[in-house]
Amino acid sequence: MQILTTSIGRKILMAITGQLMVLFVVVHLLGNSSIFVGADGINAYAKHLHDLGPLVWIFRLVMLSFIAIHGIYGIQLTLENNAATPQAYAVKNLSKATLSSNNMIWTGLLILLFIVYHLLQFTVRVTPDIVQGVDALGRYDVFNMVVTSFKNGGIAALYVAAMIVLFLHLNHGIQSFFQTMGWNNDKTLPVISKLGKVVAVVFLIGYSSIPVFILTGILSK
Amino acid sequence: MSDHKTMTLTLIVWRQKSANDPGKFETYTAKNITEHHSFLEMLDCVNEDLIAAGKEPIVFDHDCREGICGMCSQVINGAPHGGQERTTVCQLHMRKFKDGDTIYIEPWRAKAFPILKDLVVDRAALDTIIQAGGYTSCHTGGVPDGNAVLIPKPIAEEATDAAECIGCGACVAGCPNSAAMLFTGAKVSQLALLPQGRPEAAARVTNMVNAMKECGFGNCTNHYECQASCPKGIDVKFIARMNREYLKSLFS
Amino acid sequence: MILDGKCPTGPIEKSWDKHRFDLKLVNPANKRKYNIIMVGTGLAGGAAAASLGELGYNVQAFCYQDSPRRAHSIAAQGGINAAKNYPSDGDSILRLMYDTIKGGDFRAREADVWRLSQVSNNIIDQCVAQGVPFARDYAGYLDNRSFGGAQVSRTFYSRGLTGQQLLLGAYSALSRQIKAGTVKMYTRREMLDLVVVDGVARGITVRNMVTGEIECYAADAVCLASGGYVNVFYLSTNAKGCSVTANWSAAKKGAFFANPCYTQIHPTCIPQAGEYQSKLTLMSESLRNDGRIWVPKKKEDCGKHPSEVAEEDRDYYLERKYPSFGNLAPRDISSRSAKEACDDGRGVGPGGRGVYLDFDESIRRLSENTIRERYGNLFEMYEKITDENAYKRPMRIYPAPHYAMGGLWVDYNLMSNIPGLFVLGEANFSVHGANRLGASALMQGLSDGYFVIPYTIGGYLVTVKPGAVKTDNAEFKKSVEDVKARTNKFLGINGKKTVTEFHRELGKVMWNNVGMARSKESLTEALKVIPQIREEFWKNVKVTGSGAELNQQLENAGRVADFLEFGELLTRDALHREESCGGHFRVEHQLEDGEAKRNDADFSYVGAWEFKGNDKEPELHKEPLKFETIHLAVRSYK
Repeated sequence: MQILTTSIGRKILMAITGQLMVLFVVVHLLGNSSIFVGADGINAYAKHLHDLGPLVWIFRLVMLSFIAIHGIYGIQLTLENNAATPQAYAVKNLSKATLSSNNMIWTGLLILLFIVYHLLQFTVRVTPDIVQGVDALGRYDVFNMVVTSFKNGGIAALYVAAMIVLFLHLNHGIQSFFQTMGWNNDKTLPVISKLGKVVAVVFLIGYSSIPVFILTGILSK
Repeated sequence: MSDHKTMTLTLIVWRQKSANDPGKFETYTAKNITEHHSFLEMLDCVNEDLIAAGKEPIVFDHDCREGICGMCSQVINGAPHGGQERTTVCQLHMRKFKDGDTIYIEPWRAKAFPILKDLVVDRAALDTIIQAGGYTSCHTGGVPDGNAVLIPKPIAEEATDAAECIGCGACVAGCPNSAAMLFTGAKVSQLALLPQGRPEAAARVTNMVNAMKECGFGNCTNHYECQASCPKGIDVKFIARMNREYLKSLFS
Repeated sequence: MILDGKCPTGPIEKSWDKHRFDLKLVNPANKRKYNIIMVGTGLAGGAAAASLGELGYNVQAFCYQDSPRRAHSIAAQGGINAAKNYPSDGDSILRLMYDTIKGGDFRAREADVWRLSQVSNNIIDQCVAQGVPFARDYAGYLDNRSFGGAQVSRTFYSRGLTGQQLLLGAYSALSRQIKAGTVKMYTRREMLDLVVVDGVARGITVRNMVTGEIECYAADAVCLASGGYVNVFYLSTNAKGCSVTANWSAAKKGAFFANPCYTQIHPTCIPQAGEYQSKLTLMSESLRNDGRIWVPKKKEDCGKHPSEVAEEDRDYYLERKYPSFGNLAPRDISSRSAKEACDDGRGVGPGGRGVYLDFDESIRRLSENTIRERYGNLFEMYEKITDENAYKRPMRIYPAPHYAMGGLWVDYNLMSNIPGLFVLGEANFSVHGANRLGASALMQGLSDGYFVIPYTIGGYLVTVKPGAVKTDNAEFKKSVEDVKARTNKFLGINGKKTVTEFHRELGKVMWNNVGMARSKESLTEALKVIPQIREEFWKNVKVTGSGAELNQQLENAGRVADFLEFGELLTRDALHREESCGGHFRVEHQLEDGEAKRNDADFSYVGAWEFKGNDKEPELHKEPLKFETIHLAVRSYK
């Protein structure tokens, strides 16, 4: 299986898993936005998901494998790249590389840490800030849980910071997908780069708005 | 155009006696340089002074001095070939510098390009990549008439865009990962675009991509520094085309 | 001695086919037993090494660059001729042959030129098959343009990069053979000696330019494809590493050097900016297709901005003197006319050493975009070097030494007078006579490499037992010792002047006395001065560093030392040739209008010199030239 060993093969796997995770990020954002409807919205949404039963677990395992593939190859390729550049130039003069493109490994690892924290907090629910309970209809009260946690300024700030890191990662990552898959040329590259940035900004604003709205009291119980 | 003004410059140059020597920077002064000196002619003058003073001149690769052979290879102030658009070091002129400037001069740095001496590196790895598949397997003689297969002008033009690569290695030197994707992508694309190269396209891209790794080049992370470093302005769209050819080869 | 070129007899149209049939073949099973050395991997050497490797021979190829892709063939811009007659404008193999013979001022062999013209068509097909991206028209057919001195469109091109693309084609074929193991490539090696055993070429001695080691290699045949020698002029368009060293080492072992005085001065180079500059950049003379050459009529206009010189005050001297060819007059004529204009005090730019090449009219007629499409890279190159925009103001150009028509003497099989020593491409003297036409150098290199040597070398190899001599032979040991002794001599002098200073000094003499216009007086003076420079060189040169490392001063010292010997031979040849022909212009021999005056009665021969040491006169051997197909005529481009 040369796709698992060659430079371009592994990048293609990273690109595909990365892009599928971007799709998840889209869906997740749409789901999350049900919080703006109030407790009814997001609690109903959560119940629907839970009722899917084993499908949820299959989905979770698939997502975990994406993270694993994307992460393992990301680390492996980065280590190889470091080995290929044994000595730095005395003067550094990069004209095209950006903060985003230069720090993919670090933003990637930070996102991984954030995902672990996020799952422990809202999925496994073992962090100290979590308030558990059910709503009037007997559904799990996700709304109350999230709003309580985000009332904590530190947690809200951490989420916004994580979304900035995600923005940096996707700012380079989305257009990078098209280049790596070869779906690119000199005319499309500037357009795709801009679109990638726009999508990344939408995620940043969309996701950050939840902790920001809750912290500022715009969204409350 | 005034020939009277001259410049004095401070050069901080990488000196390394041999492949195994650790190497270090040395500082030199370049005097009486005019705006019409090319960068290499400026170094020639510095070398003449060094020899007269009984010191070892700076060793650097160069040959045609008209920007086509791809022999010259210096990183100047952090930019391969000095950073002027579509320009090799030999075509870089001193009018781009000011009197009193300090200039750092370093060799290409990459694991795949071991330093031989001072600013001279070994780029045999690029030949190895071409040997892995950068050709059509036609025999000498026994080929059809040149007009037997028509090639639309836009295709011929795009293939020429890719074929302009001079194999200097600036793309590798400029890449934060020391990847050879632009070099390899240019050759893969040139031959993939032309009907004469199509029959072997799948095997070619596989073999050349494997050769890149075996030679110790890094992996592309789409910074596009290579295009900025390329003295021929080879477009990163040829990397995309290579990726596309590679993807296709997986299903052939 | 009267030399025999061993040309086939009978009708010229059948000469090459008949000769190929007459050549004995090497049994395919035996080919791998033969070792062939190829020195130089440009168009000729690269193509030959690839083709011979593919045939099954064991090839060892050497180049001084770090990769065979960098040979100076890469710098040829304009194009490559072929008698395809695709545009149906009256071209044919015979016409290409006629133009080449006439362009060479009737100083080349007919049979060689016929063969070149015949295989020119195969070259185009070969290169297309390799993936060389030639220019195409919108229907997808190969495009042609007309080129310096030709009245038909027979030049195939790839932007202004034809040499690069053809070389990379040959390099790719070579790479394929290296991978297949039939060719072993030795880069960063400089040939310093030819090893001759019992009168037969058996190998070479080279310096490993990285480690400094002196290595020797034995083979059943040695091919030199080591390019031309015009760096003897210091000022030249050649790459800095181009030298006569490989050829000269063979000449010192008895190979005859033919017509060294035939050197070509290219008319469209960017003028020199200062003394420190030796490399002049050539711009393809295809520029002359759309550019008009002029100088001011009045000396006082020379300092003005060109746009301030009124139309009636401009002297379009080529159009005036040669109405039918105009700006496309052959290179020697165009170069000499530029020099005359400048000598007349009407030159422009620094030092008055330049003439204008003006695109204003073409831009108005065709649009700037069309001109950009045709010559964009040349305009870009010009701007990089001069900081002037040639779309807005005329280019300044001046002639510079560019190509050597002379070279080692070879017979029709490309074998020198030393059995087993073959010489290809610019390194030999064969097809261009006294002047080379534009877009013919690439044609000759590839013709020799792809389509001539693969046949003719077999004819020689069947006569020798493979592997008869090995590197343990005493001659190899002696060769290594000689080379080492010379290296130590360079390093031991420790004088006061650098190698470059000597090269510049020699170049000045060569350019002023043996350049575009030569006279008995100037040549005699040069013959007096060159030995003096040489003598001083061996007493007063300073070469730093050691022999056991990458040492560019040492490399250059060897090259300049050889130029100092060879330059004298070139001058002697120029002095002996009491006529003007092609690139060789003797002021004593000109027609009333300043045109070259050939002397067919006394000089219709190839002058091949046998070098006998610096303290002895070289001996001249003649190969008479016969013209049976193309009749001797005065070359006129009026």
